[in-house]
Amino acid sequence: MTIDDPGRQAAFAATLLAPELPCPPGLRAWNGSDPAARLAVHRNNVVSSLVDALADAFPVTQALVGREFFRAMAAVFVRRHPPRSRVLAHYGDELPDFILGFDPARPLPYLADVARLERARVCAYHAADVQPVATEAMRAALCGADDLADLRLTLHPSVSVLVSAFAIVSLWAAHQTDDDSDIAAVDPDEAESALVLRAGLDVVVILLPPGLDTFIAVLRQGAGLAEAAARAADCAVGFDPGTALSLLLQHGAITSMRSAGRDRP
Amino acid sequence: MTQASLPPRAGIGLKPQHFREVLETRPDIGFFEVHAENYMVDGGPFHHYLGRIRAHYALSLHGVGLSIGGEAPPDGAQLARLDALIRRYEPAAFSEHLAWSSHGQVFFNDLLPLPYDRSTLARVCDHVDRVQERLRRRMLLENPSTYLEFETSTMDEGTFLREVVRRTGCGLLLDVSNLYVSSVNHGRDARACIGELPLDAVGQIHLAGFARDRDAAGAPLLIDSHGAPVDEAVWGLYGNVLASLASPGGLPTLLERDNDVPSLPTLLAEAQRAEQLMREPAMAGPGARGRAGDCR
Repeated sequence: MTIDDPGRQAAFAATLLAPELPCPPGLRAWNGSDPAARLAVHRNNVVSSLVDALADAFPVTQALVGREFFRAMAAVFVRRHPPRSRVLAHYGDELPDFILGFDPARPLPYLADVARLERARVCAYHAADVQPVATEAMRAALCGADDLADLRLTLHPSVSVLVSAFAIVSLWAAHQTDDDSDIAAVDPDEAESALVLRAGLDVVVILLPPGLDTFIAVLRQGAGLAEAAARAADCAVGFDPGTALSLLLQHGAITSMRSAGRDRP
Repeated sequence: MTQASLPPRAGIGLKPQHFREVLETRPDIGFFEVHAENYMVDGGPFHHYLGRIRAHYALSLHGVGLSIGGEAPPDGAQLARLDALIRRYEPAAFSEHLAWSSHGQVFFNDLLPLPYDRSTLARVCDHVDRVQERLRRRMLLENPSTYLEFETSTMDEGTFLREVVRRTGCGLLLDVSNLYVSSVNHGRDARACIGELPLDAVGQIHLAGFARDRDAAGAPLLIDSHGAPVDEAVWGLYGNVLASLASPGGLPTLLERDNDVPSLPTLLAEAQRAEQLMREPAMAGPGARGRAGDCR
């Protein structure tokens, strides 16, 4: 704390995110010019650098509303939810919920869920590195196990599931090519769920077959294979645990399995 | 506290869009620099590539979020993350800014200015001490780009930095572009300002581009943007610095570009120019003058 003026940085900090506040006292310029014009450099640095960070992390969200709309919306968000972490990879968790409550975005009800998908992609990109189990080891475990029902799986830290009432996977995928017709063909009101994970160095977004979201959620709670499969089948008629497992294996989503107290890394 | 030092050569910032190209082409460059906060993530491509690139190049770790000038002491969790990065990648240098960037719980992602008075000096020295003790190494402190002055300042930036270096034993990261930007923004003579700095403590030099604006009175206001090539005036000043330094072999010099990042070859060409000047500082030309006069 400065002894002579303990509130000095607090007053300066308060003006950075509040353009309506006057320039804090005690500032000056060598030529006697209004210091507010110079403070504006910092005000602009703070907001525009954070808006830039959000634009990098939410490119499809930006594409759906256009650059100008996105930057205006993001600037309101930055002022209301400035970062609490010095690590900007963690910034933007609150943006999807903010979008839900942001009136001008109301005509695009799917926008918040697309933002959620993009946030999940950033988290998957930076998630911890854990070696997946080899397909062969998994196959051997499945064939040899008499306690298959109790087999417990650990999923890769990058794995997340997003359940949406909107076509989030198709909307996202349509922006991965330059072809405008892709987006025109998407019906945004088609419900889709996404599996997001990092396979090797690449983040992948997969359209989840019905039931797989429940299957993954139950596995994550520490239940055995049989229980997860049964609960998934309750939610989605015709759910096939074999297909589900091979999808997870194929993308390296399973990092360990254990049954009857034995570990098979 | 013996530690490897950066080679007296030019280096560039390591950008994710250049990861693969760097590994495939292995450019002849003195070192790479990364922003520490970008690598404070659990895993994924950033660590994958930095680990591989570090195996072939010296590394400079540059912090942008420690808020050394903040009213609160450096954040313990942030120091722990820095310590982990330093153990993992063994950088030859660690540097931070004479500025603040956090207040309360909020991180502003900007380098904010400080009054140069006795209480700020005591606080900054205390914070530098804590950082050096926690990281068990000497850090370099960078002179900032500033746009504003404080009525309560009682000393110039050079005097302030000389005193921090004397009391804490830290080194100086001399950002020649920041020095030029600040000298124009405050109507000072850039070369006189360099003379005020503790040049014998310089451990690394930064060069970057800036944008041009005007203040409320129409006077030039330069904005440290890291989004443009190094200005000719800054190259001239860099030559002056090299000529006046006691180390004839040059000093580790980083070309900073964080916005509108060009191709890798463009960055390497800028680095080559810096190395040429290290060999022949006189080729830099007459150097930059702000308003004639002194550094006050």
